[in-house]
Amino acid sequence: TSREKAASIKLMTDQQKEFQELARKFSREEIVPVAAAYDRSGEYPFPIIKRAWELGLMNSHIPEDCGGMGLGIFDSCLITEELAYGCTGVQTAIEANSLGQMPVIIAGNDFQKKKYLGRMTEEPLMCAYGVTEPGAGSDVAGLKTRAEKKGDEYVVNGQKMWITNGGKANWYFLLARTDADPKCPTSKAFTGFIVDADSPGILVGRKELNMGQRCSDTRGITFEDVRIPKENVLIGEGAGFKIAMGAFDKTRPPVAAGATGLAQRALDEATGYALERKTFGKLIAEHQAVSFLLAEMAMKVELARMGWQRSAWEVDNGRRNTYYASIAKAFAGDIANQVASDAVQVFGGNGFNSEYPVEKLMRDAKIYQIYEGTAQIQRLIISREHFGRFKK
Amino acid sequence: YIVTIRVKPDHSGVVTDGVKHSMNPFCEIAVEEAVKLKEKKFIKEVVAVSCGPTQVTETIRTALAMGCDRGIHVEVSGKDYEAMGPLQIAKIFAALAKKEEASLVILGKQAIDDDCNQTGQMTAALLDWPQGTFASEVTIDGEKVKVVREIDGGLETIKISMPAVLTADLRLNTPRYATLPNIMKAKKKKIANMKPADLGVDMVSRVEVLRVDEPPTRLAGVKVETVDDLVAKLKANGTI
Repeated sequence: TSREKAASIKLMTDQQKEFQELARKFSREEIVPVAAAYDRSGEYPFPIIKRAWELGLMNSHIPEDCGGMGLGIFDSCLITEELAYGCTGVQTAIEANSLGQMPVIIAGNDFQKKKYLGRMTEEPLMCAYGVTEPGAGSDVAGLKTRAEKKGDEYVVNGQKMWITNGGKANWYFLLARTDADPKCPTSKAFTGFIVDADSPGILVGRKELNMGQRCSDTRGITFEDVRIPKENVLIGEGAGFKIAMGAFDKTRPPVAAGATGLAQRALDEATGYALERKTFGKLIAEHQAVSFLLAEMAMKVELARMGWQRSAWEVDNGRRNTYYASIAKAFAGDIANQVASDAVQVFGGNGFNSEYPVEKLMRDAKIYQIYEGTAQIQRLIISREHFGRFKK
Repeated sequence: YIVTIRVKPDHSGVVTDGVKHSMNPFCEIAVEEAVKLKEKKFIKEVVAVSCGPTQVTETIRTALAMGCDRGIHVEVSGKDYEAMGPLQIAKIFAALAKKEEASLVILGKQAIDDDCNQTGQMTAALLDWPQGTFASEVTIDGEKVKVVREIDGGLETIKISMPAVLTADLRLNTPRYATLPNIMKAKKKKIANMKPADLGVDMVSRVEVLRVDEPPTRLAGVKVETVDDLVAKLKANGTI
């Protein structure tokens, strides 16, 4: 019967359940207890990152022939959501690896993949995605970092900003302008490079002190006559913009999953508190003002989860998922902020205080509406995709 | 391991339906020890065994992901499963130990749900094998095993011949996480399926559970202002 069929449909394979259990156990036992301390000190959580690397929870997208596990986006999102539940600062540091690696995974040749992805599975190394500049974030076409071809090398000059893992990376994916002609279309003017972090001329800025995800390492990076061998160009001169944007279809679902993990944590903390705290003679959970708040939080968390699941499933099944990835990221980022703020509200005065876990969640949540494509950029993408579908 | 246990309305046992089950922590330690012995090349193969309904295969998979080579699922379900206790399991383990020609049977010292602390000892007795229980350290020395045991008075070191039964205590080791690559590799490992009857074991229980009750609810205390009041109250309710 259709009812029996519905009951037998598995939402996840057994292996996926095991992955999720491993990530959940690691997150609850090893990340949660130390997250507050890392938030206060801002120290890079390398011990946790190393542990996650040892357990195979990082670098999940690296293809098997480079020593990785070649997991799909859905599987890695399952892991990401669990890690984010523990601390999104830790999870962002880990996720930045996937973001930096994605251009190489989708556009690298065998030599580049073996060299730069292979090393990530041999030791716990970090990498970074270097696109944003002080003067250009959303407007990628406005990038000013220049790469000039000189013989067998490119000489790079410019500045990047807000680079996650900027001070810890072993190598960067770099997007720079190779065609100086302002009339050159965006689709041809930029080139993607892999840059070794120890290249002479790279000046790593100070660790930026941010509102949230404070243990994540975010820096400005200056390039002064940095020489990159032509072997490190991805695909070819002028192909950079498409590569940089193409990576997002695969990295936005995990970012959405991260925001969902944070929201789930906020919901769980608020629910636990509501079932303990009493006011006006009963548990605050028994007051409808609070229970309705929690109900709406639960709605948002479940829907955000379905958002990343759909977008991950689409791309894993070989379809262009831009529309879904954008919706997932936009929605999850927005609700993470709402749910974290509501969690502080449920905790009342205690929520505003650093002895309780929810104020950190509110500070950590904000960046989800900004990085990996702002909430506004996502709306631009979604409306464009939406009109495109409508016109068909 | 925070679970709210509820007694069934008919007082025949506790509610287990829908309660998430996972590998007994002492058994995790036992699995870890077995895998470590294999890594140190003292033993050739580790077989993970569990008795119970279908869900038990998930636990066996975890053991495989930790490094066991293959699994055996002895299927017990329904009334047999509800009545299953250490004696039946010990009979199954004894039969399997003989069938597999095992040199060691390593178990957790007790399950944290029933706290029986009997299965290992019964298995050894049925096999007429030596036993090293409450092990906090295991060293293989040729055909013998040196076991440091945690006892009430401190630590006791014994040397027993193989084949032997060992039961793991808390400080024997720290179980590893199953890493992601190992979870994936475990999928290819085999889990054999069999029934107790296949091993010639009868599952009849010699124990009848009469009644299961929750512990009495804690009564509220009474506050007194002075020591004299306290003594008076204690005398009044017959405590002194």
